[in-house]
Amino acid sequence: MLTDDMKKKIEEECHRCGNRQGACIEAIQTAQTFWGWISDENMEHIARFLGMSPAELDGVASFYNHIYRKPVGKHIVMVCDSVSCWVMGYEKLLDHMTQRLGIGLGGTTADGLFTMVPIQCLGACDKAPAIMIDEKLYTDLTPEKFDRIIEKYREGA
Amino acid sequence: MEKPLTANFRPGEPLSLKEYEKLGGYQALRTALKMGPDEIIQLISQSNLRGRGGAGFPTGTKWSAVPSPKDLPGTRYFIADADEMEPGTFKDRLLMEGDPHQFLEGVIIGSYAIHAEEAFIFLRWEYTLAQSRLKSAISEAYSRGYLGNDIMGTGVNVRVHLHVSAGRYICGEGTALVNSLEGKRAVPHSKVPRQTDCGLWGRPTLMNNVETLCNVPHIINNGPEWFKNLSNSKDGGTKIYAVSGKVKRPGAWELPMGTTIREILEENAGGMRDGLKFRGVMPGGASTDFLVEQHLDVKMDYDSVQKAGSRLGTGTMIVLDDQTCPVGMVHNLEHFFARESCGWCTPCREGLPWVASILKAMEEGHGQPDDLDVLRFHTKHLGPGRTYCALAPGAMEPLQSALVYFREDFERHITEKRCPWR
Repeated sequence: MLTDDMKKKIEEECHRCGNRQGACIEAIQTAQTFWGWISDENMEHIARFLGMSPAELDGVASFYNHIYRKPVGKHIVMVCDSVSCWVMGYEKLLDHMTQRLGIGLGGTTADGLFTMVPIQCLGACDKAPAIMIDEKLYTDLTPEKFDRIIEKYREGA
Repeated sequence: MEKPLTANFRPGEPLSLKEYEKLGGYQALRTALKMGPDEIIQLISQSNLRGRGGAGFPTGTKWSAVPSPKDLPGTRYFIADADEMEPGTFKDRLLMEGDPHQFLEGVIIGSYAIHAEEAFIFLRWEYTLAQSRLKSAISEAYSRGYLGNDIMGTGVNVRVHLHVSAGRYICGEGTALVNSLEGKRAVPHSKVPRQTDCGLWGRPTLMNNVETLCNVPHIINNGPEWFKNLSNSKDGGTKIYAVSGKVKRPGAWELPMGTTIREILEENAGGMRDGLKFRGVMPGGASTDFLVEQHLDVKMDYDSVQKAGSRLGTGTMIVLDDQTCPVGMVHNLEHFFARESCGWCTPCREGLPWVASILKAMEEGHGQPDDLDVLRFHTKHLGPGRTYCALAPGAMEPLQSALVYFREDFERHITEKRCPWR
């Protein structure tokens, strides 16, 4: 169910757009901040609140990268696989990350701490290769640097 | 050499509103509000400012295409496209992080010039630092009266909304972006009617790139002649050029428009890393044709790069060195475009994965003798005019040029049945 706080935030967005569907991406983002992902049931709740059909809303949700329709780990590791990072050694880095985390792209670690996904160019091409973890950008990445970063997240868990 | 766009850049936090004002910030907005919309548009047209998002359309012409309130009364929208996602491109991020008020001032002046009271900044999700800096800049501008109702007692209203996208490359395409703002799948549609007549929620809508808008306050402050004189070519102004790949000093620099590729690569990026040789460069992001050694003295302006057979695009170069596989690089690009296709037009939806799979097979040693013909066939049939938007034609640009300049590399993959670089 949508909490009152969520409803209030979504209403503000609807008001800003002057149109309920116009606020649907913000509505999903608002709900996802709280739930971490959007289940079928919650998709229906949001759709009803916006006066859209669940199928229509899911059509929107499934189009975008940062809307999760399956449970994800506590931290999202987004790996830039675009051309500058590729030139600067993305493939070797990915091999290392896959080994270190024990998951491939799209996978979630058994402890539920990390989900690793591909992402398009992060706009840090002069400091490639780059990844983002949640809202933080990491650049000039090496396998050693990645290990240190991951260790910090593990310690913080 | 003047560098207006990056003059206020400094390490750490960008200028606060007060600091920006002390350096002449928002003076252009004051002037613009006295000039009125028609005069602003005239000034921008005279300056030869061309869109910095990739297409290079003259900004003044674009602004004057929005119908006047006399001809078409009612709501109109202004959109700043801050959805920078072209692989290899990071100039708008630097501009938003480095001087958010400069960008915002451009947004406000642009909105006023087309009589728009509502402006949207469409920002990509991943630009989290730019997001927080823009949020504070917007809130400062509201409290100082540069945004909101009755701006500085002139009766002009401009409200700015920051939309953080849920992320997808295609959102950078104008009509797709509008669909996304309306809460739909970001699928591009026909360019007719034009967005300046019928855009967001069916209303006249103007869209400009971040770098384009950052130029606007400086043109108002210093005039079109000053702006034209910044440039080494007939397109006005400076340009944020950038280089990534295996050069000594990858980075971004504000230089006169029309600086040569050689100067950018050698003097600014420091040349190739030791032991590596230059083989080619995509001059303006992932959807531009490769240029090679013979093009190093080409000026990086719209017409010169086009004459050389590519596009200035975003002006952010990706360098290919002699120890990186060109086929692998093109495979990476086509894999990207195949994934980012919105799936609406058949040639793009079906053609790009096919192209990517052929290149993948080549890389894995399964290339077939007729593969090059099949790839060439695709470069024609995914080219301009067969899809609603420029994604597929853009995807074909690096491929078609690679087939010309790196033909031997493709052939070696097929005859040797392996990637010679692996």
